[in-house]
Amino acid sequence: MSRESALVSADWVEEHKNDAGVVLIEVDEDVSAYDAGHIAGAIKLDWKDDLQDAVRRDFVNQEQFSALLSDRGVKNDDTVVLYGGNNNWFAAYAYWYFKLYGHGDVRLLDGGRKRWELDSRELTDEVVKREATEYAAKEPDLNIRAFRDEVGDAIGVKNLVDVRSPDEYAGRLLAPAHLPQEQAQRAGHIPTAANIPWSKAANDDGTFRADDELKTLYADAGVDFGKDTIAYCRIGERSAHTWFVLHEILGQQNVKNYDGSWTEWGSLVGVPVALGDEPGKA
Amino acid sequence: MCGATKGGLDLKGVDVDKEAVIQGQVLRGDEPVGGAYVRLLDSTGEFTAEVPTSATGHFRFFAAPGSWTLRTLAPKADPVDRQVVAQYGAVAEVAVTV
Repeated sequence: MSRESALVSADWVEEHKNDAGVVLIEVDEDVSAYDAGHIAGAIKLDWKDDLQDAVRRDFVNQEQFSALLSDRGVKNDDTVVLYGGNNNWFAAYAYWYFKLYGHGDVRLLDGGRKRWELDSRELTDEVVKREATEYAAKEPDLNIRAFRDEVGDAIGVKNLVDVRSPDEYAGRLLAPAHLPQEQAQRAGHIPTAANIPWSKAANDDGTFRADDELKTLYADAGVDFGKDTIAYCRIGERSAHTWFVLHEILGQQNVKNYDGSWTEWGSLVGVPVALGDEPGKA
Repeated sequence: MCGATKGGLDLKGVDVDKEAVIQGQVLRGDEPVGGAYVRLLDSTGEFTAEVPTSATGHFRFFAAPGSWTLRTLAPKADPVDRQVVAQYGAVAEVAVTV
């Protein structure tokens, strides 16, 4: 993967949004954002109602994902272009899903909704309904998803990258500062994890930094590109953003997103937790 | 946003004693700016959170006690930085003009 194959610009979207075989999809944390205005032709996926299982803590399975995309009118050979608010957090999360379920051509709009709005580009509240398809998701690719036992085994062995804010990493906050304080039972981070906030990979306008800046960012923070990497955050959406940077833009192999993230690790009984600004010992 | 009161967002349902609230409004002249982006940066300048403003230009953060910078990005305007101090039991109100 590379920047060219994984990212598209706002100009590209303006030019190609009406092309047959191009499907724009908005995914937001604030699920009402789409209804107030979206890029013409874009459909919406709700990261919670559409992408999470309604009962268990897990995301939708292969059959559910197939049914969802069939219902929304997405074909297996479509070029799917994802974008959203919060600097593309949830769009990157959805991108990771599409990759997990083997979609061939999926892209992220660089800068997402924010860059689009700051450019004063057009948004519409026109309702979009695509004709149903027969989408067939592939077996989930677990080479890009990490589970808790693997994370525990990675302490002091693999690169662990905690992409939350410094205050969350150190244990001074349990959740991003725009949300009321709740979530995991305990604060802190997984021992030996480096704190490289997702935001360092993005410019103020939400676009991704240049490749050489990104490489320097992770290398300087102690990421050994010769080793496997697991990224995590609070619920896996910001770490999907970092997974996108490492795996899709920089083309690093063996990068996984731990979507259980801190809400799981910080609630597990008996696991090691480090407090403070230092990574801590294995 | 319907129901927004002049002078700040409604704090109904928020236990102010347990939160260090930073909130305010983004204005261009006397006009509120909806759809601007307000970023909350910590004392080292590191990004902590970001929210878009409401139709009435309002924003709110639940921060921790301490010194913060609000960086506001709005269409057709240069970014504006404002310093603010948050503490439990108080609501820091900030008006940002772009």
